[in-house]
Amino acid sequence: MSDHSSEAHSHGSVKSYLVGFIWSVILTGIPFWMVMTEAFDKGPTYITIVLFAIVQIFVHLKYFLHLNFSQQGKLDTYSFIFSAVVIVMVVGLSVWIIYASNAMMM
Amino acid sequence: MSALLGKLSWDALPYDPIVITTLCVVGVLVSVLAFFVIKNKLLGPLWFDWLTSVDHKRIGIMYIILALVMLVRGFTDAVLMRLQLAMATNGDPGYLAPSHYDQIFSVHGVIMIIFVAMPFMTGLMNIVVPLQIGARDVAFPFLNSLSFWFTFSGAMLTNISLGLGEFAMTGWVAYPPLSGLEYSPGVGVDYYIWALQIAGIGTTLTAVNFLVTVFKMRAPGMKLMDMPIFTWTCTWANILIAASFPILTAVLGMLTLDRYLDFSFFTNDRGGNSMMYINLFWAWGHPEVYILVLPAFGIFSEIVSTFTGKRLFGYKSMVWATASISILGFIVWLHHFFTMGSSANVNAFFGIMTMIIAVPTGVKLFNWLFTMYRGRLRITVPVLWTLGFMVTFTIGGMTGVLLAVPGADYVLHNSLFLVAHFHNTIIGGAVFGYLAGFAFWFPKAMGYHLNVKWGKAAFWCWLVGFFLAFMPLYVLGFLGMTRRLNYTNNPDWNIWLYIALVGAFVIAAGIVCQLIQLYVSYRDRHQNLDTTGDPWNGHTLEWSTSSPPQFYNFAVLPKVSDLDAFTDMKEKGEAYTRHASYAPIHMPRNTMAGVAIGILSLVFGFAMVWHIWWLAIVGLVGMVGSFIARAYTSDVDYYVQPDEVARIENAHLDNVAKG
Repeated sequence: MSDHSSEAHSHGSVKSYLVGFIWSVILTGIPFWMVMTEAFDKGPTYITIVLFAIVQIFVHLKYFLHLNFSQQGKLDTYSFIFSAVVIVMVVGLSVWIIYASNAMMM
Repeated sequence: MSALLGKLSWDALPYDPIVITTLCVVGVLVSVLAFFVIKNKLLGPLWFDWLTSVDHKRIGIMYIILALVMLVRGFTDAVLMRLQLAMATNGDPGYLAPSHYDQIFSVHGVIMIIFVAMPFMTGLMNIVVPLQIGARDVAFPFLNSLSFWFTFSGAMLTNISLGLGEFAMTGWVAYPPLSGLEYSPGVGVDYYIWALQIAGIGTTLTAVNFLVTVFKMRAPGMKLMDMPIFTWTCTWANILIAASFPILTAVLGMLTLDRYLDFSFFTNDRGGNSMMYINLFWAWGHPEVYILVLPAFGIFSEIVSTFTGKRLFGYKSMVWATASISILGFIVWLHHFFTMGSSANVNAFFGIMTMIIAVPTGVKLFNWLFTMYRGRLRITVPVLWTLGFMVTFTIGGMTGVLLAVPGADYVLHNSLFLVAHFHNTIIGGAVFGYLAGFAFWFPKAMGYHLNVKWGKAAFWCWLVGFFLAFMPLYVLGFLGMTRRLNYTNNPDWNIWLYIALVGAFVIAAGIVCQLIQLYVSYRDRHQNLDTTGDPWNGHTLEWSTSSPPQFYNFAVLPKVSDLDAFTDMKEKGEAYTRHASYAPIHMPRNTMAGVAIGILSLVFGFAMVWHIWWLAIVGLVGMVGSFIARAYTSDVDYYVQPDEVARIENAHLDNVAKG
């Protein structure tokens, strides 16, 4: 974090992009390998894919979108969280509402 | 011909004698006003000092004038409806044809929510919020002017529909498939869409503007938790606007595509789902009612604290209660359509969330009561509105909790019980709040006091009229009368319909009292000047300025070290300090870009309604072009020189010293 806050609002350094890239490769590679080789059962494979995908979202937010809680960067982060919460609430609840009402009509 | 005029033809002109009479009266009034303006050579000041102004206080006043004018129209619609229902009993058809009556109830709802309550709220926010946080203007003054002119254009588009064509006959919610092309082939729904769309964009821009203002432009020393409570409630309302108005824009956009380009988001066939419209409409519509009422809560808080001469009880709990209401208010929208028949879990979730909102609202009510406890409440007009609100809104809140029970809602859905409930909360909550704020801040904005006698008369007429007009509707709801009926045929209902009509007339008397109050106060203004700028012994920074405030608000930005910043300054003897010298003040220049873009948006909206494509292109290109021209203007600001500041400040301080 510390090397980021010094250059917040800049576009990151080569190092931070490389770190983000390597993390992304690892987090994509492992699930990919699990699916290709069928080394595990379906259940664990699915769970791993979902978990790694969620972790990768945060990797992207940190290293590529440069969201952080530094003095300059926190407003960006707050507006991102705000949008995310609103979308989760509106889209999530709407899907639930419409799906449940369709289910009632079957 | 159709390429030139689209769907517009002679048939669009009104034939109904009621409409023609109304248009004639409006025409005469506008002519008289225009004559008065020209005769007194006010055209210049009107244009240069008001219409092109970017001063938040003047924009606020224009918002409130717009709200009051539209209130008269929306209220006239209400009286027409009550009169129809009182006459059309026992199967009598009454005097309003169904097609006309349906337009009236639709336009009444749209006007009262979008063009009375919203501009009134935005107007008060404009006048007060920058002053309360010790700022010289909002963050983006030109954008503020533009927001006002978008709102104005939306309101005018609604008014034009009275003379040309028709308004929606769908109710103010315009549910498809009824509002789709198949069942509403006329231009009514198009007027609805474009009026809401244009005004809605203005509202969204206002929210962005004020959020930046409170986050970036607070006076030195003012932390977020030092912001006056009205500013806090407005901030939460703005957060709700930023979160919910884009949903309205999107859902209206989809309805537009359905109607104009043969899409089928909400149609019955081709995979459309009209339930999704209802869902998205209320995902905006429910936060919208909290957008209206939260600032009113803030106004009551300021008034209770000022007129008891005490610090507000539980300031922090007030802020957090507002936050809880905002967040909960965003996840309860399904209670508007329990009867759509989603699953029991869905209905239970939204029902319980709705009931929980009563808790933070109760916190607020108790905070007001505790603030009054052992205080010396001065019974002024703003306090009367506050007390009237506390009683009325509690009733409205309780019927709301009742409606939040899905089982009860299945019985009461779309009945007059519901109509009574939401009028109870919107009039008894939001409108009483705005009228309280109007009386409270009028001396600040205009520089003279409102007449007290007519103010009290207006309050009592409104309060009594409200109960007479809406309590019978609760009864009628229980008796099984549904909303939007054109005539009735049940003798048991008649007496209640008559009482409601009497109530409407009593409220009308209240509105007349307010107009007389404005006239009398203006006539006697020289005897009732507010020379100190602090008529009520106020607590917050807006009272530290002169009345009306200098155009730059604060000659020296105040240093804030307490929640009640102005009380603190008065106690330390720092208020009304005479400074030896002043720094130049950086101010924005007035611009006609806001008016121009606003009027062009009206042209665009009108052309879209009537399918006059060339004019729509002219309007749209004009809007974008004006905006680009404005963006390339570099002469947008100037400095007020220190000697001028000193002259204005010394004149004010001399006035204060004279008392």
